[in-house]
Amino acid sequence: MKVSTRAESDQAAAAGPDAHYARSLAEGRWQVQRCNACGRAIFYPRTACTACGAADYSWFAPSGRGVVHSTTVMRRPAAAGGDRHLCLVDLEEGFRMMSRVEGVAPELVAIGDRVVAALSSQDGLPLVIFHRDGSAA
Amino acid sequence: MSEAITGFRGAAAITGIGSAGLGDASGFSEMEILSLAAQRAVADAGLRMSDIDGLCTCSGSATMWALPVAEYLGIRPSFVDSTMLGGSSFVAHLLPAVHALMAGDCTAVLVCYGSTQRSGSVDRAAVTRMRQVLDPQPYETPYQPMQPISAYALATARHMHEYGTTRSQLAEVAVAARAWAQLNPQAFSRGPLSIQDVLGARMVCDPLTVRDCCLLTDGAGAFVLTLAERAKDGPHKPAYILGTASETWHRQISCMPDLTVTSASRSGPRALAMAGLSVADVDLACLYDAFTINVILFLEDLGFCPKGEGGAFVQDGGIAPGGRLPVNTNGGGLSFGHPGMYGSFLVLEAVEQLRGTAGARQQPDLNVALVHGNGATLSSQSTAILASGAVL
Repeated sequence: MKVSTRAESDQAAAAGPDAHYARSLAEGRWQVQRCNACGRAIFYPRTACTACGAADYSWFAPSGRGVVHSTTVMRRPAAAGGDRHLCLVDLEEGFRMMSRVEGVAPELVAIGDRVVAALSSQDGLPLVIFHRDGSAA
Repeated sequence: MSEAITGFRGAAAITGIGSAGLGDASGFSEMEILSLAAQRAVADAGLRMSDIDGLCTCSGSATMWALPVAEYLGIRPSFVDSTMLGGSSFVAHLLPAVHALMAGDCTAVLVCYGSTQRSGSVDRAAVTRMRQVLDPQPYETPYQPMQPISAYALATARHMHEYGTTRSQLAEVAVAARAWAQLNPQAFSRGPLSIQDVLGARMVCDPLTVRDCCLLTDGAGAFVLTLAERAKDGPHKPAYILGTASETWHRQISCMPDLTVTSASRSGPRALAMAGLSVADVDLACLYDAFTINVILFLEDLGFCPKGEGGAFVQDGGIAPGGRLPVNTNGGGLSFGHPGMYGSFLVLEAVEQLRGTAGARQQPDLNVALVHGNGATLSSQSTAILASGAVL
């Protein structure tokens, strides 16, 4: 994983990890922190590693490949936008995030499905969503 | 066991309980039903409101809730704890309350809560929008989870995947709660309910139907604690506090280390160790049943059965009247009532059973009750062991 930004540069730019994350997404680049001390991914963005406490981190671009850890369908009336998917995805770099799988009926998404991240947008803001990995389907 | 913990066991007791506005409190405000419950609890303890010099309370909306409560009740507490951990809060308040009594910071603590979320005129959609501003969760909110149910649905789906837990087993929890509620005239939902009814109910968030979810009612609950020595002089049998512990490992469901293991797996053993007891000694379990999965998770995490066997434990009426363990004998959040935060009602039911005043649902020879509160999205867990004088 290539190192793009270090913790020091966040501080120099007067931008906290939240702002760095949001700004990168807005520029079309999904970036996540990795602890420079213990090497673990940090998600969601924080000012220090929750595994070892080190405040020295780098930003990297995740592969986007992951596995559905759990899944649900939020049942909603059509007037409220209809049914919507919600899941937790375990990324191969070792972090978990909430998201949704698009491009498939939500009730067909199963725990263990291989998925790939994509950048989408919602209400004008960038959002990381997932598609089922065609190669594994 | 440290000296400090040894001193804690049985040092204080719950001497008064009260409730008000159960079910539908139309025409009354939140503060009014809270106050009515508080007045009843104080009178039940054989005290006057002017005797109350300790206050524990919190609210789902007001950030400085202890202040208006003290003002409304006309008390001047020398000890206040308003820690807000979600629904478990009123179980979590036991630890600082007993510590304050032991330290002599106060002599009589009132723990109280009330909500008119059913009959009140508050715009719930507006509250949801305000929470997103005041208490942001920017890495979950964009996916529009229906909280809290979506989080519990994700935990349920994972438990089913890992352990083969079935929707019928989940439904057993709701059906058992209803059977207990049918023995409790104060319960909100007392009509017949079958496994098929639960399975066939409207799906809200797969795999949870509306019958896997707690009720949405009004209600206020309050109780009073004093040192054990003083408790003996009260009008009722004291419910002694033998041990209590709280834990939190996450707030957001995406940060829960393992969706099938809650921090009850630590709060439970810690509370039992303080009490010098094991789960085998527990005669009654009051487990915060916001959703059916809760009871299965807590039975496992607290040690009533091994991890993954909670479904089998509740099957075939395992926690219904006449089952292997009485659980939520008042009908629980699923059928008794759930006014936003249910924690105080867990304590109230345990005290009723320990006193022997639970009417048709009274369990015989009951001396040890385990009370377990849950908050937010399986995020905070608080266990307390309450007991009759026979166990001291």
